Amino acid sequence: MRNRAYRPDIRRSLLVFVILSLFTVPAMGDELLIRITKGADSAIPISVVPFSESGQMPSGDKVSRIIQNDLEMSGEFAPLPPEQMLSLPSRGDEVFFRDWRLLGQRYVLVGQVTSAGGTLNAQYELYDVSQEKRLVGATASAPASASRSLAHHISDRVYEAITGVEGAFSTKLAYVTLERNANGPTYRLQVSDVDGKRARVRLESDEPILSPAWSPDAKKLAYVSFETGKPAVYVHELSTGNRQRVADFPGLNSAPAWSADGQSLLMTLSKDGNAEIYRMNLASGDLKRLTNHWSIDTEPSYDHTGNGFFFTSDRSGGPQIYHKASENAEPRRITFGSRYNARPRPGPDGDYVYYVHQRDRAFHIARTNLESGDETVLTRTESDESPSVSPNGRMLIYATKSGENSVLTVIAADGGAAYSLPASRGDVREPAWSPIVR
Amino acid sequence: MKMTSSKNVFALIFSFALIAGCSSTGETTGEGGMGTSAGSASGEESGSTVFGGGDGSGVSSSEMTEQERMEAEARAEQAQAEAMREITTFYFDFDTAEIKQEARDVLVAHARYLQANPGQNVRITGHADERGTKEYNLALGERRANAVQRFLVVNGASRGQTETVSYGEEQPAVMGSSESAWAQNRRVELDFE
Repeated sequence: MRNRAYRPDIRRSLLVFVILSLFTVPAMGDELLIRITKGADSAIPISVVPFSESGQMPSGDKVSRIIQNDLEMSGEFAPLPPEQMLSLPSRGDEVFFRDWRLLGQRYVLVGQVTSAGGTLNAQYELYDVSQEKRLVGATASAPASASRSLAHHISDRVYEAITGVEGAFSTKLAYVTLERNANGPTYRLQVSDVDGKRARVRLESDEPILSPAWSPDAKKLAYVSFETGKPAVYVHELSTGNRQRVADFPGLNSAPAWSADGQSLLMTLSKDGNAEIYRMNLASGDLKRLTNHWSIDTEPSYDHTGNGFFFTSDRSGGPQIYHKASENAEPRRITFGSRYNARPRPGPDGDYVYYVHQRDRAFHIARTNLESGDETVLTRTESDESPSVSPNGRMLIYATKSGENSVLTVIAADGGAAYSLPASRGDVREPAWSPIVR
Repeated sequence: MKMTSSKNVFALIFSFALIAGCSSTGETTGEGGMGTSAGSASGEESGSTVFGGGDGSGVSSSEMTEQERMEAEARAEQAQAEAMREITTFYFDFDTAEIKQEARDVLVAHARYLQANPGQNVRITGHADERGTKEYNLALGERRANAVQRFLVVNGASRGQTETVSYGEEQPAVMGSSESAWAQNRRVELDFE
């Protein structure tokens, strides 16, 4: 999953996106506004110098501004505000390292964007200030309508060049918004960029929508919808809008989680009496029951090997996290630190599992190191739900309360930095971070 | 604290239902043509007065009075059951699906009613408060709905008359994040269709 494979020309993949959009034009969603609440103490000083521009630029944020925001929201970088810069170079030969050293900067990104014939072309260079060395020099292009994709792509390249870890700025978020008014509740399943922009509504319903889960190729979402008056599991192809109701048995049909090959879903069904975890082969519809206990077994999520899975069970008397190393293995209990631990989501490398953890009267997000068993509480907020780890393992998004409303908050996966994504109106909940799309 | 507040809510609904039940008892008596002063006298009293005045024979009067007393008792019982069946919401403690002691008589009344009316169906919806995770709460709501369903079936309802669905924490009865709101949201509702 994480090995670096061939990355298609961004222009080609964006063209595909645009063509498919002609057939299905999803409704505009509510954009989320990022509010940085806490930067990491160890954030790396970087200057994203405003790119020079020539030709007709698309409206909205400038490419370099989007890159600056991306790096800041990772919590790992502290971009210098442009008004504090001593000069505004756009090419490498204009960079005077002494100026940037004076400003305490470790990296400088410069570039130019030109627009011609409906296409944006960007040239950009990343410099290490102390070594006076160019780390990246590259070009990228995209349709003018996709300037945000172009910017996120450059952010990914910069992030990887400095940290050695693949960037996740070109990935997507799926989430559910809930608006309550006189006509009752309206649930909307939405997909946006990771910075909350370009939100599009994919499904709207008067009945609850829960548990969106990305397919490994990020082309489909599985989720739970109550649109028939009871919970059923659906698979929704984003490019076409085609939907399939894959599980509608008596009782619960919930908590879908994809296998690494995209061929199967883990899910919770109660058709045989109480909540148990099953694997469904999507092509055949065949089911295999994977848990067998009178307690509640739910919230499955495959581990990084793709063979085993984590789940929540209250077989000990209250909800706790368990792991099965394979479908037929005995479940092993992972959490012991408090009486309520639920909804596990493993990190991509198999070193940590993240979950909802009750301590005193509050619900936080915590993680357990699977080797040592050490547990760390990551959040200071108190009504936390639905953790989802970024595909590079560096960030974590979750839902929490802000006043009466639910908002999304992103933190560094080790608990360092934080920013929140408040909805423009109503609740925003159930975030799911997409895989990296190649 | 949360137990106290949920008990209060229950007691309030219960006493309200009993008051409503009393007035309907009076109306039943009125239909029998035995007096219209529904509120003041109980059904039993008005019944014996009428029969005592209308028949001279002590023996037959005594038999009739006994029969009438039993009928009246049955009517009162039915009225009480009807009053209890006004209660269709049942509350639970955090992370449990245990039916509370005070809910049992009411659920028995519902079960007997379903038994006596085989054409009547009931939708049983389980709910949880907002704390904890949505999917676990969905399963917890189902466990609560199933506990009520089993109780109804054990006490005479047919399984085919019942349908369960869990909404987890998605349909709070009361908005807000207080102990009192949570107590009112951890519930099972019966919906007679």
